[in-house]
Amino acid sequence: MSRSEQTDLVDRLLDGDHRALARTITKIENRSSGYRELVSALHEHTGDAEVIGITGSPGAGKSTLVDKLAKTYRDRGETVGVIAVDPSSPYTGGSVLGDRIRMASNVGDMEVFFRSMSARGALGGLSTATSDAVKALDAFGKDKVIIETVGAGQNEIDVVRTADTVVVLVQPGSGDDVQMLKAGILEIGDVFVVNKADMSGASKTVADLEEMIHLQGDPTSNLDLGHHGAGGGFEKPEVADRPDENEMNGEGEEGWTADVVETIATSGEGIDELIETLAAHREFLERSGRLTEKARTRYAEEIRTLLREDTGALLEGEIDRRGGMESFVDAVVARETDPYTVADELVEPLRDCLERDD
Amino acid sequence: MSADADQRAIRCLVAKVGLDGHDRGAHVIARAFRDAGFEVIYSGLHRAPDEIVQAAVQEDVDVLGISILSGAHNTLVPKVIEGLKEYGAFEDTLILVGGIVPDDDKAELKEMGVAEVFGPGTPMADTIEFVRQNAPDRA
Repeated sequence: MSRSEQTDLVDRLLDGDHRALARTITKIENRSSGYRELVSALHEHTGDAEVIGITGSPGAGKSTLVDKLAKTYRDRGETVGVIAVDPSSPYTGGSVLGDRIRMASNVGDMEVFFRSMSARGALGGLSTATSDAVKALDAFGKDKVIIETVGAGQNEIDVVRTADTVVVLVQPGSGDDVQMLKAGILEIGDVFVVNKADMSGASKTVADLEEMIHLQGDPTSNLDLGHHGAGGGFEKPEVADRPDENEMNGEGEEGWTADVVETIATSGEGIDELIETLAAHREFLERSGRLTEKARTRYAEEIRTLLREDTGALLEGEIDRRGGMESFVDAVVARETDPYTVADELVEPLRDCLERDD
Repeated sequence: MSADADQRAIRCLVAKVGLDGHDRGAHVIARAFRDAGFEVIYSGLHRAPDEIVQAAVQEDVDVLGISILSGAHNTLVPKVIEGLKEYGAFEDTLILVGGIVPDDDKAELKEMGVAEVFGPGTPMADTIEFVRQNAPDRA
């Protein structure tokens, strides 16, 4: 891609050309030559969208919920971008991306930009690709960007963590799933949604989740809720607004206790409450300064990821120059050397270069 | 540099348009494309031409495969093509039609911009090979 083509693409995207947005995301996904310059050029136009990540087990109703959320935001006059990540086959790399089928409420509405992405696996660059695609939607001018992904593994957790607000979807009666959640997803959820709330066992699941959320925080600070609950201007008591004296740092930072919302995505029940909760979390992020903090952490992580990839690539080149990976492996297998020594040798020129002035 | 190594995958939209509830063929194709390493987006049943256009544009697919068994191809395919042109997505999308299409209509569809029409009994390998050979080159 030549420089003028790239500028043209950026201009068209900023101008609201859907095709240009679609093509930009393709280039990001493919890591086509020039995609880095493209994302660089978009960066200054980003930072306005509210990014919401939604995760949960397969069949929990994520896509249907996203559809209803998008519809509600659209009814309020806001524009929406959706990135739906589906797994790819570990054998062929192929995938069937089916989340689009659920987007029935937003049919023909081009202001909802829905994009399916495959996990593509190979280089673990999924979270980079997703956050770059979010930037494209942000720069395009979408008010809300929703990232939807199956909460199966670390890769996907990294993806939803690129969001400002993380929603974890749980099905009723999934006691075992909830046990599984304890290990990872529970810790990243800002809002929990018990979808299919008309199914039996829903209230039990809500109770289980609430119990876990309370266990997660400092039990003594939760005891104080009754005295200070109304302080933050939230209507719902679950959105606990802990006063300063309960915070360790004493800098007036407020805590956020994850909320549990019941929905029936197919009929749209509970969607308004979920939207209110999302807005409350957003408000919390802005008021407490956590939003800026999160963005800073994210950028730091982004820089680190890029550095890892770039230095990794440089070292791949060094491996080739020194006779290829196979010859190193041969030497390791023959016990002539070991992986640590090989890595040390390969990194040496880089280390010499960087630490020359120390 | 290899950090920018192209990780291109062929993206296909498998689409069912109009009042045609027969999706076995579309499912089989979707699965076969997946196994061939393509990224397949499946539209679901009973889609309007507008929806197909929206999906093709937003998903930036290389290949649009329209499955029609209802005989309404002469009505529906032109609408899809018109829509793609409107969004500047016609030129670099490979459009395929699968289903029951009379020979006379085949020529007409190709005239319109459909790259190939695959009838019943087409070996899956032929379709996949055709896509590999003809997927637009978007460097």
